Amino acid sequence: MKLKSPNKHLWWIWSLLSIFLALFLYLVLTQEVESEILMPGPLTDGHHQIAENCEVCHSESFNDKDELQKSCLKCHGDVRIKPLDSHPVSKFKDPRNADRLEKIDALHCVTCHREHKPKLTGENGLTQPKDFCIHCHEDVAEERPSHKDMEFKTCANAGCHNFHNNRALYTDFLIKHLDDKSTLDNPKVPEKEFGLILDQLADYPHERYPVQALKEPDATNEIVNKYPEIVVESLKSKHFKKGVNCNACHLNNDLWINKPGMESCQQCHQTEMDRFTLGKHGMRLNAELDPVQVEQARLPMIDKANHQQVNCNSCHRPHSDDVQEAAVDSCLNCHDDDHSKNYKKSKHFDLWKKELDGTLPKGSGVSCATCHMPRINYDVSDWVSRIMVDHNQSNSLSPNSKMIRPACLHCHGLEFSISSLNSEKLIKNNFIGRSQAHVITMKLAKDEKEKREQSSSEDDDMFVF
Amino acid sequence: MNKKLSTKMRLIPGSLLAATLVSPVVLASDATVPVKTMADALHLVLDSDRTVYTQKIVNRLVKKEKVIKASEHFEDNKALVLPAQMFRFGSELAMKRAETMPDVQFTYSLQSMWPINKQNAPKTDAEKEGLKYVADNKGQNFYTTEKLGGVNYFTAVYADTGVAPVCISCHNKHPDTPKKDFKIGDVMGGVVIRIPVES
Repeated sequence: MKLKSPNKHLWWIWSLLSIFLALFLYLVLTQEVESEILMPGPLTDGHHQIAENCEVCHSESFNDKDELQKSCLKCHGDVRIKPLDSHPVSKFKDPRNADRLEKIDALHCVTCHREHKPKLTGENGLTQPKDFCIHCHEDVAEERPSHKDMEFKTCANAGCHNFHNNRALYTDFLIKHLDDKSTLDNPKVPEKEFGLILDQLADYPHERYPVQALKEPDATNEIVNKYPEIVVESLKSKHFKKGVNCNACHLNNDLWINKPGMESCQQCHQTEMDRFTLGKHGMRLNAELDPVQVEQARLPMIDKANHQQVNCNSCHRPHSDDVQEAAVDSCLNCHDDDHSKNYKKSKHFDLWKKELDGTLPKGSGVSCATCHMPRINYDVSDWVSRIMVDHNQSNSLSPNSKMIRPACLHCHGLEFSISSLNSEKLIKNNFIGRSQAHVITMKLAKDEKEKREQSSSEDDDMFVF
Repeated sequence: MNKKLSTKMRLIPGSLLAATLVSPVVLASDATVPVKTMADALHLVLDSDRTVYTQKIVNRLVKKEKVIKASEHFEDNKALVLPAQMFRFGSELAMKRAETMPDVQFTYSLQSMWPINKQNAPKTDAEKEGLKYVADNKGQNFYTTEKLGGVNYFTAVYADTGVAPVCISCHNKHPDTPKKDFKIGDVMGGVVIRIPVES
């Protein structure tokens, strides 16, 4: 007997849908179709670039917090330690704080920074209510009577506290800088130290490229004759002055490479590369994706730069002796937001021009990089540190108080810096004018200083608080 | 109960010491060390290292040679790390390094009933009782067990005594100190060592 389904058409529809679904899943799993389609919601500004590769974050699981935490730490682990983080995980792993973990799980980044939740996401990727400090600091007014009438949702206001990096906002620091002038007497950024400490860097290829000024190129005559202008320019470059010849970058397994990639730079500039891949310019490389293209940015960019890929050579010209190009011109080739567009009208740019034409000494100009890729004293190993350009520009943003110490304070006083960074208008016009923003922090610090002076007994200047 | 336990346990190091003077205690290579002995040994090392740092580095360079300052903001002030910070940094490093050593699990911290940083005040009942006990009973340690976050711990508290003038002057003068009349020889706080144990 032949069975007749009363819903024969429905069976057909069901079969077709199943086939389509199977095909779709196959294409997604084999990455033929963009995985963003499967996302429960769009990613934050911090992570949108790596949306194509779910496995960067979800390497083992979609829900296991410990597995997710490992992924967070792969990129963000280096700053989740003291003193860069005043609430490091180590503080909460101590069993004595087990009760606090029951109130708020401070062991996992996702407790406060949930992804795919744009409606919940506030400034700096925070997805907790703003008053989350109350969980542990409910009795703050007992210790700090000045905080009695303050609301917990104001803790993270500009100029006040930052849960992670509080280095420019702690009481003793504020007191120390109470009398700072708006602009310091000798405003200058520190000099880079790479060339000075090469002998201490164990991972520098000393044997291949001994540090010595070179006199002639080591490329074949054919290459030298083919690119005479580049050779002439290279002879004046910093690379030649430090012993890095043509073949150092262009030769790979005895084969001449016309356009060497980042792996060539990495031979000597591994630390710069590591920092670069932690910031917005290079983070896709950490996610095993192609370098970011300008058109993928969420910030306004210049249309004609849209197809430009961001790699070392996008900003640097290794044959040139002009290392300043990467500090302004390279940035403005792509960035097209108001802050960037107003830079050339700013006092900072006037100073930069004067440094370039020799009117002002080295280090007194203010380029884009001065603030966004500041010169930091970085621990390149457990035992060696050097002043270097921080290629992780995200390290001094979000919140912008992170920029105070590595950038602003080289030239400006603390109150002036906090107040300026607190003004949306000044940020937009690139600091033309003066901030009117009132910062309560300094007033509290002044009161605290007066209180201390009244109660201090004999002075013992061998200790500093 | 705790006091009784601690009295009983005090006998053990005493007899161990006596045995050591007569003939060294020789442990079998696969011997299991009692949890209290482990805590005492840890404290001995921690306390000795910090004493050396306080005497040979901080006190010598700050008080005797007068060549450098010590500061809790040692980076900003280009100064020496305070002994209590050196101790705490060691604690954090040890905890981090122990993450890859499942058989080596312990934590330690420096606490006080008169803390400069309020986060270092005693929190758990064992800490409160232990810190009070070592302050009231000079020369004696405090041992107990407690359950935190679903895990049982053997918890030992050792008195932390202000032995050097630098300890006293720093604590008495600090703007955030709740006690300004410490004298040399006073118990200023305690070292709390925790070792997870089976229930």
